[in-house]
Amino acid sequence: MENILEYLKEERSQEWRAEIRKSMKAKERTSRERVKMPEEDPNVRNKSNIEVNSGLPIENAVLEAQRCLDCPDPTCMTGCPVGINIPKFIKKIEVKDFLGAASVLKETNGLPAVCGRVCPQEVQCESTCFYTIKLKKPPVAIGYLERFAADYERESGKMNVPHVADSNKIKVGIVGSGPAGLAAAGDLAKFGYDVTVFEALHEIGGVLKYGIPEFRLPNVIVDVEIDNMKKMGVKFRTNFIVGKTASFDDLKKDGFEAFFVGSGAGLPRFMNIPGENYNGIFSSNEYLTRVNLMNAADPDYDTPVISGKNVAVIGGGNTAMDSVRTAKRLGADRAMIIYRRSEKEMPARVEEIKHAKEEDIEFMNLHNPLEYYADENGRVNRMKIQKMELGEPDASGRRRPVPIQGSEFYIDVDTVVVSVGVSPNPLIPKALADLKVTDWGTIVVDKETMQSSIPELFAGGDIVRGGATVILAMGDGRKAAAGMHKYIQEKIKAN
Amino acid sequence: MSKILEKEIFSKNVVKLVLDAPEIARTRKPGHFVIIKIGKKGERIPLTIASADAKKGTITLVVQKVGVTSGKLCNLEVGDEVTDVVGPLGEATHIEKVGTVLCAGGGVGVAPLLPIVEGFKKAGNRVITILAARSKDLIILEEQMREFSDEVIIMTDDGSYGKKGLVTAGMEEVIQREKVNLSVVIGPAIMMKFAALTTKKYNIKTYASLNTIMVDGTGMCGACRVSVGGRTKFVCVDGPEFDAHQVDFDEMLARLGAYKDQELEAYERYMKTAETVS
Ligand SMILES: Cc1cc2nc3c(=O)[nH]c(=O)nc-3n(C[C@H](O)[C@H](O)[C@H](O)COP(=O)(O)OP(=O)(O)OC[C@H]3O[C@@H](n4cnc5c(N)ncnc54)[C@H](O)[C@@H]3O)c2cc1C
Ligand SMILES: Cc1cc2nc3c(=O)[nH]c(=O)nc-3n(C[C@H](O)[C@H](O)[C@H](O)COP(=O)(O)OP(=O)(O)OC[C@H]3O[C@@H](n4cnc5c(N)ncnc54)[C@H](O)[C@@H]3O)c2cc1C
Ligand code: FES
Repeated sequence: MENILEYLKEERSQEWRAEIRKSMKAKERTSRERVKMPEEDPNVRNKSNIEVNSGLPIENAVLEAQRCLDCPDPTCMTGCPVGINIPKFIKKIEVKDFLGAASVLKETNGLPAVCGRVCPQEVQCESTCFYTIKLKKPPVAIGYLERFAADYERESGKMNVPHVADSNKIKVGIVGSGPAGLAAAGDLAKFGYDVTVFEALHEIGGVLKYGIPEFRLPNVIVDVEIDNMKKMGVKFRTNFIVGKTASFDDLKKDGFEAFFVGSGAGLPRFMNIPGENYNGIFSSNEYLTRVNLMNAADPDYDTPVISGKNVAVIGGGNTAMDSVRTAKRLGADRAMIIYRRSEKEMPARVEEIKHAKEEDIEFMNLHNPLEYYADENGRVNRMKIQKMELGEPDASGRRRPVPIQGSEFYIDVDTVVVSVGVSPNPLIPKALADLKVTDWGTIVVDKETMQSSIPELFAGGDIVRGGATVILAMGDGRKAAAGMHKYIQEKIKAN
Repeated sequence: MSKILEKEIFSKNVVKLVLDAPEIARTRKPGHFVIIKIGKKGERIPLTIASADAKKGTITLVVQKVGVTSGKLCNLEVGDEVTDVVGPLGEATHIEKVGTVLCAGGGVGVAPLLPIVEGFKKAGNRVITILAARSKDLIILEEQMREFSDEVIIMTDDGSYGKKGLVTAGMEEVIQREKVNLSVVIGPAIMMKFAALTTKKYNIKTYASLNTIMVDGTGMCGACRVSVGGRTKFVCVDGPEFDAHQVDFDEMLARLGAYKDQELEAYERYMKTAETVS
């Protein structure tokens, strides 16, 4: 920690930083309004796949960067799970060195264009910004600026391929190509390892591809990053399920020295209420996979999806918001969120809730489904719902929803998407009897090195945390890469 | 990418394909399946691995043309590539020596039954196989089944081949005649339902291999879910085989029809383009 503070101080005292600080009075900086993100018209975007946020124009990015006070004690950084040097990248934007800003981001975050779009900044960096905590004003738009710098770099065509150390010819395997796996792969490639990423699906990217929709995170953004990793020498094997297509032992025989498991929290949960297996009731994973991964809404593609007219989505997280907004885009007249707590407790990003409201999504908060009913073909046509109120706080600190007796009523629905959470993917724990897992099925690891109970196996992301976030998954991947590097080097020394 | 190395036409709508898939060939066991996808815009469909040769690194699929994707696959030729093949998936069949095994297959269930018949025979069981279809031209894989069965009974609804009657009539006949230790049924949900009711009467342990609709095949989506003994199970990871007496076949039947309209539409569209191409 000492070291980091020293380093930040040194960085901050560099001439260009001091100069730019002096170039404008603090008062002038703080008197500015926070920029607004340009957005597509809600009534246009809710009928297409176009990205909702179109990104800051250059002038506005610079104006917003000027709001940042370049604090001596950058509290914003304490809110960032990967410790991005936030003031430095923002000041680079202020001096219009946009490529420089991007490379600052990439020192600690391999996928800034993704994180700038999907991180819950309002509970991370922006919640600990000086503006939020001291001035009680809207924080510097750190997320918008992150996205701006990363997009600028990509669109400039001058994306730099990170420097890769000379190959040490040591083979390491990454299980899963979500953000955790990609982050680990990137760092291990930089250290000089021969890295292969194994992915069960036919596409690379994990949730970034099959879960988060195009209107929030266009696939090209993920693809550019993957191409970059290929240039760094990372190999990708799709359609390869570790534990099924080949076992860890098979891979060890093929020369793999260590593994990182970032297999995600892929198992959808249902509520186990009557009628939940009727047709027209999906898990959000199935619904989003059909639309995002299989392109089911495009008639040129072979996979079908049901485009309901009355769609109910159960849940209040990002997955629920993505599902309900997807339903609207597939032509629903009524697309509604049914959530058992109130809006304040919703785990979704604030921006997604705002966007959903603008897009004509109905919110039935403090409601809970009890039962589904179907027509003679087994297709859902009605559901029973109960009203809820908030009681005492529960273990999560959120107020517990309590049913209101006698408040049951029925609504007509033809499609239901159940989005009440996911459990850790059981494939890897099932394949390894010696692997220590928790009662919830997450893999137990050392918090610093991310090493599991099997020495050559490291893990991170949702398989360790349960459903978490992109940035935490990436942070884990990087920590694990460092842990693996140390483990392998020590093993070599010992021999 | 997996290259097609051999192709054999079993009947008008059934082909055997041998694919180059060394890793899958090395680890697969009877009862396992793969998911394939053809082309960038293709759909993912599950197919049982009928047999495999670990040395040659090949797997064999027996495909019945029922819709768009199975149709596209049947039309591929030796040298063509199947874009995506992933597996082996599911739990392997519990093959052991039990005595007499009564296997019954109908419709799309006949192809997945083949490796199971072979497995039980090779484990030293007496295997009686019943193949059922509406009429003679729909009976498939008879010759291949004979190779691994002590007896093959053909049942057709219209009596155009073998005996006239439903699969259950054939099963009753065998059960009345001799001691059956285990039964395996694969076919349309409605057939499995009545086959299971039949064996239940006689208290014969019965497995059904469920061919639900699937997407990923790795337990990630829940499209394949069924109720078994009152609990929701995912066929792709918990199955595909289950105790037939515990499966809610009515629910499964309804779920298989979920996309009927879209499937029909897609098939008609596909047939139109197929016609203009050829
Ligand atoms: C719809 C949706 C929206 C979300 N929105 C946000 C958001 O806005 N912001 C945010 O921060 N987070 C969001 N999240 C959460 C975030 O996406 C996850 O926390 C993150 O993706 C976890 O990363 P991961 O690498 O651990 O796993 P995943 O992204 O789940 O990737 C795991 C990969 O491993 C593969 N795999 C599994 N087992 C094997 C095996 N045995 N062999 C080979 N491959 C295997 C899987 O197929 C998958 O591709 C969202 C999640 C969903 C589902
Ligand atoms: C574990 C498993 C193993 C299987 N093994 C084999 C195999 O070895 N050989 C083989 O030929 N088929 C097998 N099937 C069935 C095969 O997956 C389906 O026939 C295929 O998905 C149909 O796709 P399609 O696009 O060609 O037809 P679609 O256009 O999707 O459907 C056409 C018609 O077939 C019916 N249908 C679709 N899917 C199924 C299904 N899963 N079961 C029964 N009817 C269905 C539809 O209701 C429709 O009437 C297996 C299925 C499972 C789940
Ligand atoms: S096919 Fe998706 S969970 Fe079984």
